[in-house]
Amino acid sequence: MTKRQLLMKHILLSITLALGLLAGSTQVLASEGGPELPSAGVNLRDQASLQRGARLFFNYCVGCHSLKFQRYSRIAEDLGLTEKEVMDNLDFTGAKFGEPVISHMPEDAAKQWFGKAPPDLSLEVRAKTADWVYGYLNSFYLDPSRPVGWNNTVFPNASMPFPLWELQGVQTAVRKPGSEDVEKLELSRPGRMTPAQYQQAARDLTNFLAYVSEPAALQRHAYGIWVILFLAFFTLLAYALKKEYWKDVH
Amino acid sequence: MANEVVDHGRRRFLTATTSVVGGVGVVAAVVPFIKSWEPSERAKAAGAPVMADIGKIELGQKVDYAWRGLPVFVVRRTKDQLAVLPSLAPRLVDPNSEVDQQPTYIKGPARSIKPEWLVLIGICTHLGCVPEFFPQIKPEPFDPNWKGGFFCPCHKSRYDLSGRVFSGVPAPKNLQVPPYHFVDDTHIQIGVDPKEAG
Amino acid sequence: MANVFTRMGDWVNERAPGMMPAYRKHMTEYYAPKNFNLWYYFGSLALLVLVNQIVTGIFLTMNYKTSAAEAFASVEYIMRDVEWGWLIRYMHSTGASLFFVVVFLHMFRGLMYGSYKKPRELVWLLGMLIFLVLMAEAFMGYVLPWGNMSFWGAKVIISLFGTIPVIGGTLVEWIMGDYLPADATLNRFFALHVIALPLVLLLLVVLHIAALHEVGSNNPDGVEIKKGPKGNRWDALKPADGIPFHPYYTVKDLVGVGFFLLIAAFIIFFAPTFGGWFLEHDNFIPANNLVTPSHIKPVWYFTPFYAILRMIPSFFGTAVWGVLAMFGAIALLFALPWIDAGKVKSVRYRGTGFKVALGLFAASFILLGAVGAGVTAEVIPEWFGDVDVTFWENLFGRLMTLIYFGYFVFLWLYTRRGWETTRPVPERVTTHD
Repeated sequence: MTKRQLLMKHILLSITLALGLLAGSTQVLASEGGPELPSAGVNLRDQASLQRGARLFFNYCVGCHSLKFQRYSRIAEDLGLTEKEVMDNLDFTGAKFGEPVISHMPEDAAKQWFGKAPPDLSLEVRAKTADWVYGYLNSFYLDPSRPVGWNNTVFPNASMPFPLWELQGVQTAVRKPGSEDVEKLELSRPGRMTPAQYQQAARDLTNFLAYVSEPAALQRHAYGIWVILFLAFFTLLAYALKKEYWKDVH
Repeated sequence: MANEVVDHGRRRFLTATTSVVGGVGVVAAVVPFIKSWEPSERAKAAGAPVMADIGKIELGQKVDYAWRGLPVFVVRRTKDQLAVLPSLAPRLVDPNSEVDQQPTYIKGPARSIKPEWLVLIGICTHLGCVPEFFPQIKPEPFDPNWKGGFFCPCHKSRYDLSGRVFSGVPAPKNLQVPPYHFVDDTHIQIGVDPKEAG
Repeated sequence: MANVFTRMGDWVNERAPGMMPAYRKHMTEYYAPKNFNLWYYFGSLALLVLVNQIVTGIFLTMNYKTSAAEAFASVEYIMRDVEWGWLIRYMHSTGASLFFVVVFLHMFRGLMYGSYKKPRELVWLLGMLIFLVLMAEAFMGYVLPWGNMSFWGAKVIISLFGTIPVIGGTLVEWIMGDYLPADATLNRFFALHVIALPLVLLLLVVLHIAALHEVGSNNPDGVEIKKGPKGNRWDALKPADGIPFHPYYTVKDLVGVGFFLLIAAFIIFFAPTFGGWFLEHDNFIPANNLVTPSHIKPVWYFTPFYAILRMIPSFFGTAVWGVLAMFGAIALLFALPWIDAGKVKSVRYRGTGFKVALGLFAASFILLGAVGAGVTAEVIPEWFGDVDVTFWENLFGRLMTLIYFGYFVFLWLYTRRGWETTRPVPERVTTHD
């Protein structure tokens, strides 16, 4: 083998190894515990979906959950909305445009009603992954044994009622014969949406929460490609320079 | 070995190109670090335009608002107070507001959008104290010829009821007028030009 | 213009006559072997990452709040409200992980080509000290965002000191300044992370390079170019196989820098959490002393040592053995120049036994990392179905631990009992590109 071939072999080998490791590792971490989760299909470039998700969040979630790291003004900027649109359609708490999204629910009362205060959702997707949130939104079922009347297969014994039931309808659990384990969920009473529509709604909401968990992702993606192209160009130049100087070395 | 011919032109060219491209990269990498010192979103939110409800301010009264941590005076001037303003010109440093201390749409002796309403940043242009409000047209201990205005307790600088500085005092410039516009007859928004407000 | 520069140069030279000679000694007249390969990029890259960590770190401190009550929110403030704060933070967090990637490869290069052997023992020892301080630095930095992994990571690592007989309990309280990792812990870790340890690191790096330049660089052939023939095209008295570091290795390292930055930029802009390896999911939850994350494990670069800790059971009523083994795993690396008595440096000319042992050692290190990170616990049930995961994981982990330590035992015997048959080392360096 010539030196050049040897070098190529080295480079190819390291690239394959790195890619393999990357793919393998993300897979392992994504599959951590619990049932297999369907993909949430997050797409931050789908602004219409983000806007629909925001609307859902502010209609159904903000009553209990804050997004304490997310400002209304940032939502307007990133989701292509005007100040007026955000203030009229999303801001129901009377917060100023530049202020973060804080739920009006008093924490003490929440603790009393649900056993614990509803968590802030600013970083929910980063902490739990988008697939988890999407799966969670699809997995509520009626369970009279729970204090709030609802249970969830993705997060068993969650202490959260299911405000989206009017959209999805009511699911009930089909248990495995002779066991308490849930085999599958059945829609026992339809909601205002068809199952396909509801899945899209859950996707939109997950998408919005994914955006909220890292608004900088929009900037990352926008700048990243240019940085990489620039560095590739620089590396080529440096390589040519190195070649030129190393003509001296025998 | 040593008689090798080195293409110095190519070598110089590549060295220069790589240095320039590398330099551009370094400069580009420095920009985010410099920009990280700009007011953050939190600072911008705290310094956001302020809506002032001026409907309840009476003639001759002054009300203070806070904008970007600065005191903003809103004064509703009487006819008499407005009437003396032109006559003060000889005693002032910059009677026609030529020094850049106000937005371009602030002109004339009244230094305001609507003559009745004076909007000023209440920070003395000398060393940054907050001037006091002496609205009456009557002799004051610090000026027997007083026609109403602002008096700075720190170093005795005096301004008229348009915030114009008198000559012979430590302060060099007129009080600053912030950008503002009338949302309607009883509301002004401090921090936004009429043009921006569209 | 040129005249101004010349005069400025003369002015400085008159007042600091030692400066130009020092520059020449370390750059234009530092003769490095001309046959460096891919493995020789990682030293300069480690320096690059160090500079990156210092610069981005300084800018992070401008907005970070050192208090248990505010730290987590201040990191999110940097990520969202500070202009470009997200980039600075990701450069720092990605830099931390890449620092270890680069340093591990740099160290493995030393193992392969015998760079720790005489006359470079001092270079190796200083390098190992850098590695040790770097681990402390990284650990304390990881605590600062005060996420739930920061908290529990700190708790677990600090508890290691609790296994020390007699003084353990007092020591743990002293390190934390409280009865659990708390505000006091965070503040002292911040001081150490931001001021004390970086100063020590910088000093050690200077010494590491100074010590290297005294003896000269090793190379993939393990040939001492200073002992070879003299005379090259730049200097008749310098090693024939040496080339001036500047410009030849500065331009070459520039290519390495370009490649490295490409990889770093890809991670920073497109995969900053690296699938949960560089920034962990549970660390996006604020520190909570009542809820332990379900998968508690250190960041990836500590996992091989963490696995060794976990694989050693406690006996005689104490868990100190695992801690001893973990620190022993690092201590043995310090002692490597005296464990390996082989006369040949480079793996190219060493016996087959050495090659196999080194390969197994590297593999055991990576696989221990997989055990420590919980990958085996995931993979075993997936591949082998319904088996006793703990049993098989422990068996596998202990086997890898055995291989890790076995390497040193083997090397001791192999090089002293005359088991090694080496190939002849050439007089001059062989290939180069």
